[in-house]
Amino acid sequence: MSEAIERARTFDAFPDEGIPLESPLAWSFEHVGCPAPGTHSRVMMRERQHDHLILRGGAIVLDEAVRAVLGLSLPARPLELSQGERASLQWLSPDEWLAVLPQGDAFRVETALRSALGDASVAFSDVSAGQTVIELTGDDQALRELLMKSVVYDVHPRHFAVGKGVTTVLAKTSVILRRPDERRWELVVRRSFADYVYRWLLDAGEEFAIGVERDVTAGETT
Amino acid sequence: MSQPNRLDTGGLIDRSRPLRFTFNGKEYSGFHGDTLASALLANGVDVVNRSFKYSRPRGIVAAGAEEPNAVVQLGHTEAEQVPNVRATQQALFEGLTARSTNGWPNVQRDLMGTIGKLGGKLMPPGFYYKTFMAPASLWMTYERYIRKSAGLGRSPLERDPDIYDRINRHCEVLVIGAGPAGLAAALAASRSGARVILCDEQERFGGSLLDGQALLDDRPALQWVEQVLEELAANPEVTLLPRTTANGYHDHNFVTLHERRSEHLAHCAPRVEGRRQSRSRLHRVRAARVVLATGAHERPLVYAGNDVPGNLLCSAVSTYIRRYGVVPGKRLVVSTSNDDGYRAALDWLDAGREVVAVADARPAPDGELVEIARARGIRILPGSAVVEARGEQRVASARVATIDIDAFRVTGASETLDCDTLASSGGFSPVIHLASHTGTRPSWRDDLIAFVPNLPRGMLAAGAAGGTFGLAEVLAEGRDAGLEAASQAGFESAELILPAVASRRDGAAVALFQVPHEKPTLRAPKQFVDLQNDVTAAGIELATREGFESIEHVKRYTAMGFGTDQGKLGNINGMAIAARCLGRSIPEVGTTVFRPNYTPVTFGAIVGRYCGALFDPERYSALHQWHVEQGAEFEDVGQWKRPWYFPRTVNGKRETLHEAVMRECRAVREGVGILDASTLGKIDIQGPDAREFLGRIYTNKWAKLGVGKVRYGLMCKDDGMVMDDGTTSCLAEDHFLMTTTTGGAAGVLEWLELWHQTEWPELDVSFTSVTDHWATMTVTGPMARELMRELTEGIDLDREAFRFMDWREGKVAGVPARVFRISFTGELAYEINVQAHAAMHVWKALFAHGEKYDLTPYGTETMHVLRAEKGFIIAGQDTDGSVTPEDLGMQWAVGYDKPFSWVGQRALTRSDTARQDRKQLVGLKPRDPSVVLEEGAQIVLDPDHPIPMPMVGHVTSSYYSPTLETGFALAVVKGGHQRMGETVYLPCVDGKVHEAEIVSTIFLDPKGERQNV
Amino acid sequence: MFHIHCPYCDEWREEEEFHPRGQAHIARPEDPAGCSDEQWGDYLFFRDNPRGIHHELWVHAVGCRKFFNVTRHTQSYEILETYRIGERPRFTRDNPDGVVASAPESLDDSDIATAAQEVRA
Repeated sequence: MSEAIERARTFDAFPDEGIPLESPLAWSFEHVGCPAPGTHSRVMMRERQHDHLILRGGAIVLDEAVRAVLGLSLPARPLELSQGERASLQWLSPDEWLAVLPQGDAFRVETALRSALGDASVAFSDVSAGQTVIELTGDDQALRELLMKSVVYDVHPRHFAVGKGVTTVLAKTSVILRRPDERRWELVVRRSFADYVYRWLLDAGEEFAIGVERDVTAGETT
Repeated sequence: MSQPNRLDTGGLIDRSRPLRFTFNGKEYSGFHGDTLASALLANGVDVVNRSFKYSRPRGIVAAGAEEPNAVVQLGHTEAEQVPNVRATQQALFEGLTARSTNGWPNVQRDLMGTIGKLGGKLMPPGFYYKTFMAPASLWMTYERYIRKSAGLGRSPLERDPDIYDRINRHCEVLVIGAGPAGLAAALAASRSGARVILCDEQERFGGSLLDGQALLDDRPALQWVEQVLEELAANPEVTLLPRTTANGYHDHNFVTLHERRSEHLAHCAPRVEGRRQSRSRLHRVRAARVVLATGAHERPLVYAGNDVPGNLLCSAVSTYIRRYGVVPGKRLVVSTSNDDGYRAALDWLDAGREVVAVADARPAPDGELVEIARARGIRILPGSAVVEARGEQRVASARVATIDIDAFRVTGASETLDCDTLASSGGFSPVIHLASHTGTRPSWRDDLIAFVPNLPRGMLAAGAAGGTFGLAEVLAEGRDAGLEAASQAGFESAELILPAVASRRDGAAVALFQVPHEKPTLRAPKQFVDLQNDVTAAGIELATREGFESIEHVKRYTAMGFGTDQGKLGNINGMAIAARCLGRSIPEVGTTVFRPNYTPVTFGAIVGRYCGALFDPERYSALHQWHVEQGAEFEDVGQWKRPWYFPRTVNGKRETLHEAVMRECRAVREGVGILDASTLGKIDIQGPDAREFLGRIYTNKWAKLGVGKVRYGLMCKDDGMVMDDGTTSCLAEDHFLMTTTTGGAAGVLEWLELWHQTEWPELDVSFTSVTDHWATMTVTGPMARELMRELTEGIDLDREAFRFMDWREGKVAGVPARVFRISFTGELAYEINVQAHAAMHVWKALFAHGEKYDLTPYGTETMHVLRAEKGFIIAGQDTDGSVTPEDLGMQWAVGYDKPFSWVGQRALTRSDTARQDRKQLVGLKPRDPSVVLEEGAQIVLDPDHPIPMPMVGHVTSSYYSPTLETGFALAVVKGGHQRMGETVYLPCVDGKVHEAEIVSTIFLDPKGERQNV
Repeated sequence: MFHIHCPYCDEWREEEEFHPRGQAHIARPEDPAGCSDEQWGDYLFFRDNPRGIHHELWVHAVGCRKFFNVTRHTQSYEILETYRIGERPRFTRDNPDGVVASAPESLDDSDIATAAQEVRA
């Protein structure tokens, strides 16, 4: 009983190995299907499985701990995205950041941050199973047009440089749209909306012969 | 198939590519590069429609978007039908099929034409309102026939085979119109590196340069156009959109463009490599600056019989001859108030046809074009105008007379000239529609005899759209506007050298709108102002005589400028006539408001891909696949798809809703059931002030809720009305997990943020939605503990160790879980939260172990029955924003003595909220247990009271209870809490009156013994 | 369709990302219990409906989720400024041209130009 109370804030919800996990798009791949990439495909789509941790607090308070734990500096400017080797950090609001981490890593990072920060006024919320990353690659023009058909935000490279991420409207839902490098766009999508976003992108991407690659880390893993 | 009016040479058509098309069932041929209108004229088709009100035969008048008559129904098959297409804007393609929209049974022999002819005089403005008003019940019948005969196009009865889409664009400079001004503007702006979008509604860029004879740098203007387009096309920051109409100008430079992507190719969009392409596309453009280069529309003159086919605009005559190689007649009479009218006469002469005369309203015309016409032997009649056109299906003659414009009368004897075509020009009106879509009114300029736009912030005008007409000036203004627009958006570009243009010396024009007739306007033959809506000069005069003085009222009374026309040709003439009748000046009378859309937009383009399966998001829980595979029926709760019930097939027969719900209810009350409750909103609340915040936002107390405990909370707005409810668990001293209703999740999160950010920023607390992270499964029923024991690790499930309204952490089916002992069914219940990735594993494990307990999945309907038996409310069903906690009888959930005046507290003592006769939540038990009252049914105290009966309340929830073996309901009744045991009556639509007793809202286990075991 | 500068994201964003939340600067009375019914009713239900300059509360709902204020002209629909909670508006009914002595935090055309230049650079 008392044990439960002490651990309440830092509850490791990630299942042990051997428990089958289903990504938010696992069923969509089955019931909607995955058009195979072909020679005409100008856009490729895949789901990437990560852990997601929301960080709340003051930038100055969080920055040092984040550097120590993740080796990344906390994005200080609005809409900034720092992309590291294994993790990324994105500004969501003046007191809110999104850390995208290797799957199964959220609890370790949260615990490490909490211990580094001691009594500081911060908050962390694990939302790993609540959202997923849809990655889009392909030729620049087709990618940009697919995004223009989908989001209201200006995705021109002059306005949306690498290292930027925004929360915006996609079709009739919201997504986080990120540009981690020259090659890729990422959509961070809420789990319950993932099927809708997936179907939307397939439909809007038809003219670009969009193809879906099943990530080895996606779907059911054992 | 011959094309009698086609010239052998000239124009921008390709005579080596003939195209066949069908109009009103008859086959014709045209050429690649034609519009439907130019091809019809080439084939000598005079009558293209019947008019809206009088059913008079009508022909093509214009060559662009301003065409009022040639509005056709397009499509070969039923599914392809597209209404309200302007033939002047429809490119010809092989196999095109079109019909007139008006005319019943057909345009040649028209039933309403007879009525119009006989009754023309009897159909003044307001005719339909006046004639068909009474009895009102018959209006629907009248309307059907009026519509059928008047014709407004029709929508297809079959599903549209095409797809459509929308695209969001952002640019620094949007140039609307690709005539000389627009091209110069786009070119100048593009050289700065700014993002430029250039759109034009026509098939080709070039605007007036496409049908003029202008020389730029001593070369044909089209060469300059090609050169500019080549440069623009090579610039990756430039987007060129031909066949794209800027239809709406909205706030802050948001412009909607309608691009017709395949309408010029076929009725259905051709596939590319087997993939569907959108037929048309709506571009939603946010531009830093907009350059309005929409040009001008020529105004026709208003004279008697000006609607007989063969009456055209002067500029349209030139366009058909020069651009399409079509001369729309043999013998031409021109009536003009300016030099531009002569252009048509000269082009007609160049085409080798006869110009009978030019009637020029000016006493002494002297411009350059006048001199040329005179030199070429054209008969010019100064100080005159065509006062009347004659003919039935085609102009046969024109009556010309000298006129006195100021005195508005005919001064001399008239001469009748044989002709088949009559071209008129009253000058040019800048196309200002877009500039006034956000409410800005244009200004009248006497020197131009036209309204010019007052520009909204962020818009620049160039060329004729702003009232500048000479080609050299237009080009310069376009360039300057492009440079200025780019510069204002932060992009500077180098000087742009424009081609040299020989300027033309024009004589001054006179202001002529309606041509006087020998008879007074009210008795003269019809002089049409708005051809599409059949508005005449007499109609406007009559309206002013009947007391309509505001131009907006005149518009509504006469229908001038209504509908798809939006007053493109007629508005200025109509205002001028109203001004004359009212004895005012045109600026005093002012203009009516133009509204989007400038031309009709197909619904498909507006809808885009928001149709069918993508109409609205469908939100799925992590267990959705299982529900689908089990054959669940679903219910929409907000955007969520929730299992409604799980019908089983018994003896080959699928259960009904009622049967399934009875079975599911019994399973929960007698065994164990399971519900997917993942859709409940979940908000992670952290911070040292989290507890204080909860105390302020909820009605009840939170100060003493211990770690490991759960509490039900009620949330009000500050007006004291219940807005949401749910349970909140204390995870740690500074950490709480709040649940909300499924539909209220997003609103509650925003609500918490609102109070935190605007009223109590000093509280150290943060809110994060974790709805999608946790999957929630409710295991409930007398056997729930036995089932849970089989799968749970790390939690002592004994009653004393894990009490009602406690939560514990452990593992369920090997997966880390938080388990909450809360109950929405009134039975022993465990709510299990696991990370959603593992939800399916846990759910299936529960069923694997649950088989021996006959674990029964239940849906929202059973959930509703079970909770209603317990009197648990559903916010949004039993409340509607006008219900206080006290109205609900939930004083137990109100902390009256909390130190902080929580949200909603003060309002509870307002005189209105403290009334004793407010509608209060009660239970209703029908006298006849087999009756299930209708939700929403009204409640009366005296069923014999004469109608209207005073209504004292209504049913909010109503079900049949298999446990109680009776129908039962929750309802709100005036003063209901004081009416226990009273009988009320519920009159039904079918005439029956049900009788019910007011009882407690708690129908089952009032002491809560079943859930607390 | 408004174009709104979010003072937290420091960018112009489309109206679809925002929710309007009514008139700005409606402070909850410090002592609700001390309010008369009339005073509480005023706070709850009565709002200005001016022709001209109006201060409104908006939230960047699909974005940073922060509330902020908008000074908008109710006839032209022009947005004169946006400012954070706790800040004072520069444009008011008494000062419609936003004349200030000290350096203002303004959002006018020159800012669009500056922003565009930054983008280009």
